[in-house]
Amino acid sequence: MSLNGACAISGLGYTVQGKVPGRSAFSFYVEAIKNAIFDAGLTNKDIDGLLIQPCPTAPGINAFGLAQEMGFNLRFGGDQQVQGASACAIVHHAVMAVSAGLCHYCLCAFADTSRSDTSGAGIIYQRAWGNDAAYGLFGVAANYAMIARRYMHEYGITHRQFGEVAVTFRRHASLNPLAQMREPITLEDHHKSRPVVEPLHLLDCCLVSDGGRALIVTTAERARALRQPPVYITGMGQGHPYSDPLRRRMLTVTGALDSGRTAFHMAGIGPADIDVCAIYDAFSFIVPLQFEDLGFCRKGEGGAFIEGGCIGLGGKCPTNTSGGLLSEVYLQGWVGTHEAVRQLRGDCGPRQVHGAEIALVTSSGGVLSEHATLILRR
Amino acid sequence: MNSAYEKPLPRIDEINKPYWEAAKRHEFVLQRCDNCGNYRYPAGIVCPHCMSDKLTWVKVSGRGRVYTWVVIHQVYHPAFAGDIPYAVVAVELEEGPRMSTSLVGCKPEDITIGMPVEVAFNDVSREIALPVFRPA
Repeated sequence: MSLNGACAISGLGYTVQGKVPGRSAFSFYVEAIKNAIFDAGLTNKDIDGLLIQPCPTAPGINAFGLAQEMGFNLRFGGDQQVQGASACAIVHHAVMAVSAGLCHYCLCAFADTSRSDTSGAGIIYQRAWGNDAAYGLFGVAANYAMIARRYMHEYGITHRQFGEVAVTFRRHASLNPLAQMREPITLEDHHKSRPVVEPLHLLDCCLVSDGGRALIVTTAERARALRQPPVYITGMGQGHPYSDPLRRRMLTVTGALDSGRTAFHMAGIGPADIDVCAIYDAFSFIVPLQFEDLGFCRKGEGGAFIEGGCIGLGGKCPTNTSGGLLSEVYLQGWVGTHEAVRQLRGDCGPRQVHGAEIALVTSSGGVLSEHATLILRR
Repeated sequence: MNSAYEKPLPRIDEINKPYWEAAKRHEFVLQRCDNCGNYRYPAGIVCPHCMSDKLTWVKVSGRGRVYTWVVIHQVYHPAFAGDIPYAVVAVELEEGPRMSTSLVGCKPEDITIGMPVEVAFNDVSREIALPVFRPA
């Protein structure tokens, strides 16, 4: 199937973000949705589709309660849980709904209060799965660390190379006034940061944040009539390995393999055509790992690929120019979708990739368990 | 036997009950598919290779190799605070499946990927013996 830019992203909604105590998840959804509608130059009466990624700390919030609050008359909607891959995956569903004529303007939204939550739900990222707790295996970081160790063993990628990712994205965040962490770091800071779950140190791990994001998907024709320059959706793909990494044949092959292949095929382009990337970076090492699976370099060469300024501004493959999940804010895949759209709008100020026309966005859930890709062009 | 064992205990259900009953007798068992012969862990309802629901619990070698491992420095549960830093290993069993477990009798700095290990049992309560591994 070829999408050929039949749909576009035309509105972006941000909220205050980072450490924002005292705010409800519902209020972040509302703020993000409202801002996306204003950004597109629409009104609440135009919105006839709403898909939300459920909030990790407030799972009771649903699309229909939000639609009621916002005064939407929905013809299409629901809650979609594709874990951390939800941002790109929800856009896939929005494109299908808009293309099929189920709705004209599909709003997609997410909110999280994990940074400041006091109900206990904020420890979601630290809970044990199955009976692994009996052995002291808790949390997302520990499960990712199992993969990181295997990655180092199989391909010789080094902790210093993990550091290249963290240092580069922090430098990008220093140019982003919205970023939660803006103080530049060095490779030494990265290496000396406290170990959380070896081989991962603190600066290998993403932030935990409060905030919300929303965006609007509509047809290309409708998008051209709106306030913002349209950003066309040309490629989409998903790939979902087993939830439990130990049950996969290979720990070092991610869903990006299928997800990227499908998206590139649909867009009719390859990695060399991409001007700017937003790669899901819940942990530093999953950036080179995804570059390998997406075909930017050969398997096992991701460490060398990301070195030498390649992923920095001015490099061959500028990546996570907002600072990403490691340094801007942790709002799952929505950090990447929004930054990629802004890059293609030419709206990134000092961190703008000049002449950026084509962007690649990935979002990933669980322990590299769910994966979704978007290819966008201006 | 530790009378004040405060670490989380496994949740025993209808599916994994034979595994924990065998462990209590210090026997290590896995489900094997009657149809295709593949083993599975953790316990489940059908064979993920062929979807057969004819799964039989069989005693297995208890031997394997370290596939990967991590060292935990953060307190995720108060009962593990005194152990920090502690290792959790993933063992690839001779029969194929991999499992998260503890490696006893080996300091974290001495663990290597591929090292041979064998099952041992840690009697943590009257009802539960945890399968753990030690260097073989």
